[in-house]
Amino acid sequence: MILFYVLAIVLIASAIVTIVQKSPVYSVVSLLVNFIALAAMYFSLNAEFIGVIQIVVYSGAILVLFVFVIALLSSGIGPFSEGPNRLPKILAPALVAVFAAFGFLTYGLARAPLGTLPAHATTSLAGDVGRANVFGSVGDFGVALFTTHLLPFEVTAFVLMVAVIGVVLLGGESALAPTHGSHAPQRKKKSRERESIVKVSK
Amino acid sequence: MPVDIANYISLSTVIFFIGVTGVVTRRNPLIVLMSIELMFNAANLAFVAFARLWGNNAGHIFVFLVVTVAAAEAAIGLAIVVSVFRTAKHVDLDEVARLRG
Repeated sequence: MILFYVLAIVLIASAIVTIVQKSPVYSVVSLLVNFIALAAMYFSLNAEFIGVIQIVVYSGAILVLFVFVIALLSSGIGPFSEGPNRLPKILAPALVAVFAAFGFLTYGLARAPLGTLPAHATTSLAGDVGRANVFGSVGDFGVALFTTHLLPFEVTAFVLMVAVIGVVLLGGESALAPTHGSHAPQRKKKSRERESIVKVSK
Repeated sequence: MPVDIANYISLSTVIFFIGVTGVVTRRNPLIVLMSIELMFNAANLAFVAFARLWGNNAGHIFVFLVVTVAAAEAAIGLAIVVSVFRTAKHVDLDEVARLRG
């Protein structure tokens, strides 16, 4: 109970700091705090494997990607303009949306109360031979991932492959910049040759 | 003392709306991408809380899928930011309107 409230305060505070910071570097640090607090919350919810994934993938991979891009883009010059603060303009619709969301939430939970979390996590798959019946453990997760939910796992592989192809295409030299591309001079050369051929034939 | 599931859902909603605020108000594309990550995390928290409530680890599988999609999205989003920066030398989400017809 105390753990939940401490982690909730850390999560909300670091999320707010993330979106109000001027410099993206401070935002990344604050986001790191957010991710680690969220991993702690996953551990407290018996989701061990998800907590480890949260640390490895988010804090390890995605944040390092952000740091690299910040280092790449802000070398000497400030590439990002801030402009006017747009929060006051959207404040009224935002508040309406937030109150509507919490209204729906309170109404739904009042109509069908879901109650408190059970004191001991039990897995619905327990009892089968060979299953690790500790809820949320790596064994439990792995058995479910490779038997019942095999298709989502394969879709995951496909998504990652598409992402790799997309990043290679976007990060290539001539993407979005045809004038600096390596193919452009060759094309000009060829067209000049064609012109000269045409002139000769005339 | 067990925690009511409503606390987790409320926390998830708060973090999600903080992310939405970041996406709508900021013009720095990196912070917009970070806000999107916040929204993914809010959804993941709800999944894990409900998985724990009903003792069903399908929620964990879904979180796995969402984390993968988030990683792919971050990679492609940052590649687009770098690609725009390479041509424009200046990244402002309001001025990146090349696709406007």
